[in-house]
Amino acid sequence: MSDYIYLFRTTAEARRAAMGTPEIAQQSMQRWLAWMRDLETKGHLKNRGQPLENEGKLVRGKSKVITDGPFAEVKDLVAGFMIVQARDISQAAELAKGCPILEGDGAVEVRPVMAMNF
Amino acid sequence: MPNARRGVPWSHVQLDEHLFRRESARMVAALTRIFGVHNLSLAEDVVQDAFCRALEVWKVRGVPDNPSAWLMATAKNRALDVIRRERTAATFAPEVSRLFESEWTLAPIVDEAFATEIIRDEQLRMMFSCCDPRLKEEVQIALVLNILCGFGAQEIAGAFLAGRAAVEKRIARGKQSLATSQRLFDLTDDDVASRLPVVQRALYLLFNEGYHSAAADSVVRTELCREAIRLTELLAGDARTGTPSTHALAALMSLHAARLPGRLDGAGDLSALVDQDRSTWDTALIAHGIALLEQSARGSEISVYHLEAAIAAAHVQAPSVARTDWRTIVELYDRLMGLAPSPVVALNRAIAVAQHAGADPGIDALERIAGAERLAAYPFYRAAFGELELRRGQRDAARSHFEAAVHLARNATERRHFEKRMQSCDSE
Repeated sequence: MSDYIYLFRTTAEARRAAMGTPEIAQQSMQRWLAWMRDLETKGHLKNRGQPLENEGKLVRGKSKVITDGPFAEVKDLVAGFMIVQARDISQAAELAKGCPILEGDGAVEVRPVMAMNF
Repeated sequence: MPNARRGVPWSHVQLDEHLFRRESARMVAALTRIFGVHNLSLAEDVVQDAFCRALEVWKVRGVPDNPSAWLMATAKNRALDVIRRERTAATFAPEVSRLFESEWTLAPIVDEAFATEIIRDEQLRMMFSCCDPRLKEEVQIALVLNILCGFGAQEIAGAFLAGRAAVEKRIARGKQSLATSQRLFDLTDDDVASRLPVVQRALYLLFNEGYHSAAADSVVRTELCREAIRLTELLAGDARTGTPSTHALAALMSLHAARLPGRLDGAGDLSALVDQDRSTWDTALIAHGIALLEQSARGSEISVYHLEAAIAAAHVQAPSVARTDWRTIVELYDRLMGLAPSPVVALNRAIAVAQHAGADPGIDALERIAGAERLAAYPFYRAAFGELELRRGQRDAARSHFEAAVHLARNATERRHFEKRMQSCDSE
């Protein structure tokens, strides 16, 4: 078993849409809880990650310009991360198919965590 | 990794299925008290923020032991942020905004707005504000469902068989009108008595929509009934609005809702009262309804709700259809016709007449309904003829009435029901 990081990417708009009405918010929450519960019972969930605030700053380029978030206009917002354990990358990708972020406009980026043996 | 719930089995964490809807309504009530009704959309934004935050945090730490308190605390903090950021620029609720200027008074005032009894009071005021007689009834109901029950336009459209765009328009129109009023309806005003019937009527229609709705989804329908009952109990529990007619309305809802499990049989089909399994009726709710009906008899006022509740009580207290007190029911319908005549009431009266005196007088009563043309598209009108023709052995006539009802059916459940009745004309 190796470690894989899931990077959740979405848009600010899709993120709000997932919480659009109380009923939709409830469904989104239940989907997330169910998906994570499933990963956990099957022994794949290694680290639930940390919640991220919406606000932030972006430091860019040689001139080191600092711009303000929130990144409302950004098409590809990093919404959070999580670490899973899987046999190989194809299993890790397969497991990501259950992620509720895909119901909106989002994506899960699956990246192997480099094994540092030496 | 900080995980407060480490060791707690994740699978034991259960989320109440209506948590967000219920809490949304309560948070909006508290927040409009702080921000003012003209800032309703700001209140709704804060609620949505609280939901987004809940999703991020609960994913990581698990559902808190008291999710409702967690959401309230989050909304409260967010409200404080908003006020601190905008207190110089924005105008908040006129009653409290002066107190926002100092940190000494800001936090206690915001805390107070989230107290249970204050939220209850604000919900009542909001209910009265939504039921503005200048707004159409359909707008009033859409507003109540959206603001006080937390339903979105899509869900309301589903329950009312209306288009989403139409419902969105109703909500927008209603909110526009709310936003122009500087404050919510004041329950200490003299016009409580004149506004109360409008509120009762909206809740009555809301309940009926759930109980008789042509929408097939029984879950939605049960929820509408539940919400109507909750809001009516809120009304009944307040000294200023808990009049005898409010108690009668609450009684009527409980007595009908007690039969809701029996109304949909195993196959999801509409069961006629005759076929209903009375053991499925909710006896606790019946007892509650009867108690409310007794409370409603304190005054001299006899409202439409009193009569309808008394009819419902006669039905639920009878051990069977045959041993139902049909004579009393016919008398109650006569009085109802005197107070609020309508073709639908006349139809129900005719059915009671048939039970009391036989199929011939029943058909006679059906044929003499004034304004029967307004029932032309109502499948149960033709079905009533069908039942009575069948009872007097006129199978061909009965079959053609049921056939007409099949064509008028508004959903698959109704259609199946009438088709079954049609088949029974051949088999009996």
